[in-house]
Amino acid sequence: MEKKEDQQQQEEEQVVNPWEVSAKDGGKIDYDKLIDKFGCQRLDQSFVDRVQRLTSCPPHVFLRRGVFFAHRDLNEILDAYERGDKFYLYTGRGPSSEALHLGHLIPFMFTKYLQDAFKVPLVIQLTDDEKCMWKNLSVEESQRLARENAKDIIACGFDISKTFIFSDFDYVGGAFYKNMVKVAKCVTYNKVVGIFGFTGEDHIGKVSFPPVQAVPSFPSSFPHLFSGKDDLRCLIPCAIDQDPYFRMTRDVAPRIGCHKPALIESLFFPALQGETGKMSASDPNSAIYVTDSAKDIKYKVNKHAFTGGQESIEKHRQYGANLEVDIPIKYLNFFLEDDAELEHIKKEYGAGRMLTGEVKKRLIEVLTELVERHRRARAAVTDEMVDAFMAVRPLPNMFD
Amino acid sequence: MGSSKDQLLTRLKELQIDFSQYEHPVVLTVETQAKYVGNMGGALSKNLFLKDKKHRYYIVSALADTKVDLKVLSQRLGLGKGGLRMAPEEALGEIIQVPLGCVTPFAVVNESARHVSLLLDQGIKTQERCFFHPLSNDMSISLNAHGLDKFLKSIGRDPSYVDLEANPPVGKDQPPDLAAFVPSGSTVLPDLPDKAPSSQDCTGNDVSAGAKSAAVTAKAVKPSGNVQNIKEKPVKGAQPSIPSADAGKFVEELLDKTSTLLLSDISEDSIKQHGGQLGTEVVNNIQKCLREDLKNLATIFKNTAYTEGFYAGTHYQPKRL
Repeated sequence: MEKKEDQQQQEEEQVVNPWEVSAKDGGKIDYDKLIDKFGCQRLDQSFVDRVQRLTSCPPHVFLRRGVFFAHRDLNEILDAYERGDKFYLYTGRGPSSEALHLGHLIPFMFTKYLQDAFKVPLVIQLTDDEKCMWKNLSVEESQRLARENAKDIIACGFDISKTFIFSDFDYVGGAFYKNMVKVAKCVTYNKVVGIFGFTGEDHIGKVSFPPVQAVPSFPSSFPHLFSGKDDLRCLIPCAIDQDPYFRMTRDVAPRIGCHKPALIESLFFPALQGETGKMSASDPNSAIYVTDSAKDIKYKVNKHAFTGGQESIEKHRQYGANLEVDIPIKYLNFFLEDDAELEHIKKEYGAGRMLTGEVKKRLIEVLTELVERHRRARAAVTDEMVDAFMAVRPLPNMFD
Repeated sequence: MGSSKDQLLTRLKELQIDFSQYEHPVVLTVETQAKYVGNMGGALSKNLFLKDKKHRYYIVSALADTKVDLKVLSQRLGLGKGGLRMAPEEALGEIIQVPLGCVTPFAVVNESARHVSLLLDQGIKTQERCFFHPLSNDMSISLNAHGLDKFLKSIGRDPSYVDLEANPPVGKDQPPDLAAFVPSGSTVLPDLPDKAPSSQDCTGNDVSAGAKSAAVTAKAVKPSGNVQNIKEKPVKGAQPSIPSADAGKFVEELLDKTSTLLLSDISEDSIKQHGGQLGTEVVNNIQKCLREDLKNLATIFKNTAYTEGFYAGTHYQPKRL
């Protein structure tokens, strides 16, 4: 089962928690070690096949390419689904900035696929309170950012008749808060310190935040949606750095009479400058933003993407590219739908027959199309639509 | 034809609006007009007849020395930086039915000018009297703002005055302050050059329409996002507009996308290559390439329609029992 977290990972170890992700010694993140340490399971091909069988839909590119690579209890969710017991999805975003980059979109793109394939409802939490506390934003600013981010999230294509978006500042209270207290009673101060690394200097807002992110995993937190369905299971698609919250939640769940939420977790999206680089809001060249123009994308990929190509054409033809560190290949791995084409590019590029310029060109095409599509969808999202998505309303067709 | 000068003057008298009239030779510019009535105790006005990219028209009536910057005005209306131009001469006769050099706030009395938006300089209110042409350039009449308002109200127009020299910032958090002046329900001229939906409240965000094939937003919606030509700042429409899920436009977009793909798939080469099988090939390709795209469009349509219904539902008035 889960390993007990007695101390925070430090020293020469890699650091992965909701507020910090850094590899050991400026190297790459070791995902095997992470899975081992966190105690989740690897997602293998048999799962991908099973999902395809159950949903009769082609598996999403992120599943096929191992972007979503780890899980907890996914087999239980699938077993229940096969028996006719549905589940609901829960994901979220901490609205710390207005500018979203492609990495931010990944869990949402995947969640949309899950919603469509399994035909299940979805709740999306905007943790404006968390950002207000951690990033020291004003309450108004974090609420404003939450609404702005909601528009980009909606643009990912969620079905309004099956999706409830909520911000903590708006929604916490009532049944949700009752669950928060129930969860909070089950987690000692020492335990949160152990899981999240809080110190005596951290303010009490931070210390009492974790239950807020935990309780959307329980259907009783949403009486307007799931009243009478206390048995409903929850599946949480997220990036693997969110695992600590849900380890805590899974620990508490049986003690308050709820199902443990299942998780399906993704890799981190690399910065343009390479795996070792950090995507940072202050460096616009470290990522592709959804507001970037075609020109921006071309410039960023050409000038800033870290490649595994050799220094000269002769050397490249001789040795081929280093696919391990090549960012264009990694990005194509995320976003190029066609498996055959990707394989071909990898083969030719790895052998040195294809040049970096060609790979970059293809990547620019793919990214531009993606960003364009997102922008168009975003343009169709109005404030009224956001209000509708965020209204506390019944969703009678959520399982259709 | 449109109302004449005499009809207007009669009307003003009927409404008991106090005005003075001065005849003079035909004048085409404010400078020339000044020669005749410049010292008659009334401020001169300059009147602009403008048009935006979506063929909506505006009359801007200002004191002669108020600075009017079309770029700023365009932004304040939510039309982007270069959204306003001087209207072409033909429009003068067609839409507001006055000759050249005769633009005047009184022109909105004509039925054809029903959808022309009127922006009045608040400077007019500060003057005792102000000169305007009464639908003809061989006369100028002076009246005060109160009289002008009375006339406008009598024809169902809501007189509102604006500080035309102001230059408030327009951006994400500051919606264009004059957006309410953009006409809605305008009669759109038939020769729409671009494919962008003739949205009622669309603030001239020319989503790169013609560029790629039918790649436009699915329906007339109030843009709230960042869809823009590359260098423009995003502008948010300020009115509480309710987007409409337009089935016709939606279908057009679906057909456009499919047609584009069909046209690119059926060529001399592909006919040679596939012969009789071309049909099956093309269908497979369409299904593969378009499925996701079309589903996304359909989801946007559904969400918009739902939002319309939601708004209606939350604003409905229960039956009185």
